Amino acid sequence: MSVDTTKHAAETPDTPQPWAELGLKEDEYQRIREILGRRPTGAELAMYSVMWSEHCSYKSSKVHLRQFGEKAPASDAMLVGIGENAGVVDIGQGYAATFKVESHNHPSYIEPYQGAATGIGGIVRDILAMGARPVAVMDPLRFGAADHPDTRRVLPGVVAGIGGYGNCLGLPNIGGEIVFDSCYQGNPLVNALCVGVMRHEDIHLAKASGAGNKVILYGARTGGDGIGGVSVLASETFDADGPSRRPAVQVGDPFQEKLLIECTLEVFAEDLVVGIQDLGGAGLSCATSELASAGSGGMRVELDTVPLRDATLSPEEILMSESQERMCAIVTPENTERFLEICEKWDVIATVIGEVTDGERLEITWHGEQIVDVIPGTVAHEGPVYERPLARPDWLDALQADSAAKLAQPANADELRAQVLALVSSPNQAAKSWVTDQYDRYVLGNTVLATPEDSGMIRVDEETNLGVALATDGNGRYAKLDPYAGAQLALAEAYRNVAASGAKPLAVTDCLNFGSPEDPAVMWQFAEACRGLADACATLGTPVTGGNVSLYNQTGEQAIHPTPVVGVLGVIDDVNRRTPMAFREEGQLLYLLGDTREEFGGSAWSQVVHDHLGGLPPKVDLERERLLAEILVNASRDGMIDAAHDLSDGGLIQAVTESCLKGGHGARLVVPDGLSAFTFLFSESAGRAVVAVPRSEEVRFNDMCGARGLPVTRVGVVDGDTIEVQGEFTLPLAELREAHERTLPELFG
Amino acid sequence: MTTRIGVVTFPGSLDDSDARRAVRLAGGEPVALWHRDRDLHQVDAVVLPGGFSYGDYLRCGAIARFSPVMETVIEQARGGMPVLGICNGFQVLCESHLLPGALTRNDHLHFVCRDQRLKVENADTAWTADYTAGQEITVPLKNGEGGYVADERTLDELEAEGRVVFRYLGGNPNGSRRDIAGITNAAGNVVGLMPHPEHAVEPLTGPTTDGLGFFTSVLKKLVQA
Repeated sequence: MSVDTTKHAAETPDTPQPWAELGLKEDEYQRIREILGRRPTGAELAMYSVMWSEHCSYKSSKVHLRQFGEKAPASDAMLVGIGENAGVVDIGQGYAATFKVESHNHPSYIEPYQGAATGIGGIVRDILAMGARPVAVMDPLRFGAADHPDTRRVLPGVVAGIGGYGNCLGLPNIGGEIVFDSCYQGNPLVNALCVGVMRHEDIHLAKASGAGNKVILYGARTGGDGIGGVSVLASETFDADGPSRRPAVQVGDPFQEKLLIECTLEVFAEDLVVGIQDLGGAGLSCATSELASAGSGGMRVELDTVPLRDATLSPEEILMSESQERMCAIVTPENTERFLEICEKWDVIATVIGEVTDGERLEITWHGEQIVDVIPGTVAHEGPVYERPLARPDWLDALQADSAAKLAQPANADELRAQVLALVSSPNQAAKSWVTDQYDRYVLGNTVLATPEDSGMIRVDEETNLGVALATDGNGRYAKLDPYAGAQLALAEAYRNVAASGAKPLAVTDCLNFGSPEDPAVMWQFAEACRGLADACATLGTPVTGGNVSLYNQTGEQAIHPTPVVGVLGVIDDVNRRTPMAFREEGQLLYLLGDTREEFGGSAWSQVVHDHLGGLPPKVDLERERLLAEILVNASRDGMIDAAHDLSDGGLIQAVTESCLKGGHGARLVVPDGLSAFTFLFSESAGRAVVAVPRSEEVRFNDMCGARGLPVTRVGVVDGDTIEVQGEFTLPLAELREAHERTLPELFG
Repeated sequence: MTTRIGVVTFPGSLDDSDARRAVRLAGGEPVALWHRDRDLHQVDAVVLPGGFSYGDYLRCGAIARFSPVMETVIEQARGGMPVLGICNGFQVLCESHLLPGALTRNDHLHFVCRDQRLKVENADTAWTADYTAGQEITVPLKNGEGGYVADERTLDELEAEGRVVFRYLGGNPNGSRRDIAGITNAAGNVVGLMPHPEHAVEPLTGPTTDGLGFFTSVLKKLVQA
């Protein structure tokens, strides 16, 4: 069949086109015809369809995401904001950090190993494209019920994919989350975060400027995998019995990506590129249109020069392919030879596929015939924007009225003890080492803290000991009860986790995982979560630097819990001053910081003991979070605390259990006046942490908290080989360890 | 003059910068060697680092063994130059027939990353002289294909000649025969092991500093030589 050229398209306005199969709506197709003044060619239709997909264009979410910019707190730290491949923040001493979290949810359900693997690959290239050396990854994961048979298919595949790709890439995996809930049964969430570090002067942007500059495609050959990944896969709801979508999933090669990283860093070191962009979702369609629209001129590309894995691919398929491990660079003619030499050194295929022009159009030819002739901005940025209808869900009042306060509480000490064991051995609260021991946390030799610590911490400079800390958090149960508060609680927890390890929280990335935007109730949840997060970022002074939206996480009518996952990056001047979570020394005093209230809505206790979700999530007090963080950072810097652990799902007993097991020491706990033992142990009030204070620092630490107005309660002492709650029960550490550590191996080992 | 220790970078090497850091912290001068370069640049010893050389295509270490740099490393190792193979480097040494046996997929089929206790069985090699026989050390272990196998006669020979250098303690993490974590050649200059001593050289980033002894051992030996 002859190729559909622009000339042919102009002559055959009535040729039927497969816009619906490509995921476009009729009005969107008509808009494309309007922009072009003719029908699009097949290649143009392919480009518009992927770039205007929900995944690439953010057409449903854009109107809500604007708040992250509009409400952003003034921050001197922000060097590059939302809109680039990833945001960049100043971390001092001339260093900058770039970080971002993204979703790879839909592919990971279809094909868990490759879906999760290429999720890592994609986010790592985003970070690399900013000019940074990637230094660590993290994976916030959500799965269906732990004992569901399909979870046994999805989880081991996802974990093996993350390990198989990340370990082979040589990036330490330093944290993340693993959460089970039946709402994710048909829609697991596989989010991936990467952080990179560079000098300020090394920041690179995705733009094509300078007429005559070469467009170089380098990395893997282009194949037929991942075609329509963004439009068909990530932008629609799964049907229970639709056709297999496995061909829309990309296949990764981490070895190729490792070469791409080293090769790209060497190219940066010699300052050989004008602009650079990775090829991820929407492949070449995205890279060419975004580079060209961000630059000063146009671009001409000879598509038939693209190296192929499969010589039979059509131009449309080449433009839509999401083959992994590819990058696109803009290089001056003088530097082109050196650029190609470095690629050859690393055995990376590099091809000049076009050049920057002084026009304003993106023109693509196929064996000399023009198949694309567009204003690149219309493809990259002028996609449709929807003001989707919103409606507060009609079930929400009933859900919120179904308070956890009326659930039966343990009647005696024996029941309390049994519920503690049930909690710490439940899949969500149990040790995750069966998973995280499959990830390399040591490679690169700069990992200061890693899972299960509150945050992952990486040394940035071996001379000065400057470091960064990262935590990701999100609680879909809280967000289901109140998406505004749920998003704020996710931020508050990640912020607190970073501070608990001794680092000052600086900036935020988010991955907003929701159901179908075509459901007004889901859209309301989304809008509320965005509003909550933007407001909280403003109060805490931590701007959103970038992130990702994943919609259509829904099978049939069943949407997932709204799940905003928030990543917070912090900085620490001297990583030697970090605060680990382990109770390491007998005799140290345990203090509970913050206020404990009877808050059980959405709690782990209500889920584990009563399989209940109702009421309201814990109260949000962001000023308190900020004060708590300041105290934790100061106490770390001045050596007043030896251990700290944030209190979140599972409450105090979960935190104390983890800190005791990690340190190999027990604790004697005393229930404070005015609290029941049950509330003391299981409440999930926010804005709290438990710290271990050496006796020599007790006065100084108390004085600091008193002077700053932070409630502080002495709740016990590090001691022995049991956790004893005085007047209630005693649990040997060995029994707790057995309960806490056996769950995941039993389920998945 | 400082002692120069080369660390080879193959495409897909991951722990090469860590090995260079360990050499530096032990007081040596790390020298980066490139897989395509036959010239060893006057180094006194060589470390083959961990990672996935050439993507571990075909078999772990199978392609690296034919790289230009390995031609010289093999020749010099036979002449007595100290060579340490860590993880993927151990696999390369086995593929090169500088050490006997092979490394196979972990018996539980998962990648494993953990702090591993080891018993030093032989403290007379170029890389273990700073330890004492019977000493226990803890260093990170991280691999997917770390199960050491060899035929019974070879295993008996290794045992009889004292060429088992390290054994796993506290549970065999990968199904290695006779709990073997590392071995040496008959001359004691070539040592290979699956665990990663270069990740136990700083209290800040490692579980211990037990791994430093590998590098101080070889530096002392080279200064005496």
